[in-house]
Amino acid sequence: MRDFTSFLVGGLFGLGLVISGMTDTTKVQGWLDIFGNWDPTLAFVMGGAIIPMAAAWRYTIGRTPVLGTTFPPHSNPKPERNLIIGSILFGAGWGLAGLCPGPAMASLGFGGTGGLLFLIAMMAGMIAAPTVRSRLDPRVAAV
Amino acid sequence: MNIEWIMGLVGGGLIGMAGAIFLLVNGRIMGASGLLGGLVDGSGRNDWRERLALIAGLIIVPGVVAVAMGGVQTHLTGNWAVIVIAGLLVGVGTRLANGCTSGHGVCGISRLSVRGIVATLFYIGAGGLTVVIFKHALGVI
Repeated sequence: MRDFTSFLVGGLFGLGLVISGMTDTTKVQGWLDIFGNWDPTLAFVMGGAIIPMAAAWRYTIGRTPVLGTTFPPHSNPKPERNLIIGSILFGAGWGLAGLCPGPAMASLGFGGTGGLLFLIAMMAGMIAAPTVRSRLDPRVAAV
Repeated sequence: MNIEWIMGLVGGGLIGMAGAIFLLVNGRIMGASGLLGGLVDGSGRNDWRERLALIAGLIIVPGVVAVAMGGVQTHLTGNWAVIVIAGLLVGVGTRLANGCTSGHGVCGISRLSVRGIVATLFYIGAGGLTVVIFKHALGVI
């Protein structure tokens, strides 16, 4: 049952990405291009997504998930070094190609060879991430 | 209001509803990089079916929609070096930061998570700077 809702959630997520234009790399790069022909669409997408999500978070108070035991707790509240370094690296790649992980997967069916290449490189980066993390912080190398 | 902004708001609403269903029903955060990352590095092997089901929906439904719409353009660069470098950066970066636009951006900001807000400020800042440098200064993208 959880797998069925997951599939449904993925489909709705993908539909939203296509309708909002977020699988179009020029719209994403247009949003990041503050000194060029700036495109504010991404702000509307974020705003549109945050409203139902914020309502959902409010609804979780004092309740449990329909098909689960607990809601995800707030993780380490303080932003640490890897959060900042990782976000900077992610932002640089996002700006270069105009793709982030969600749209990279959602556009697999129509993104051509380039889109597939991006997804493969992204997964390679994900596999390399634990090595990079241990190089950045020797204290967690043993983990 | 521009039609593309309205489509952005509607599509964004669907993304938020998807995240809300995943949270309220499955009790999980809809973060694209975390769901995929856990599959490729093995850390999510305990719930691989749930992850794979979401990713299957995320790939299949837009694929079908694209066919129904007669094709969707991604306008991705044809420069393979740029694609590979960008993909590697996105993969490493999102796993180091433990989240991307969906996890930190949509799910984090909506619960007023300090980490989500900080991450979003840094990836948007870095993305903006990258476009300025590689588009306007160097003309590579």
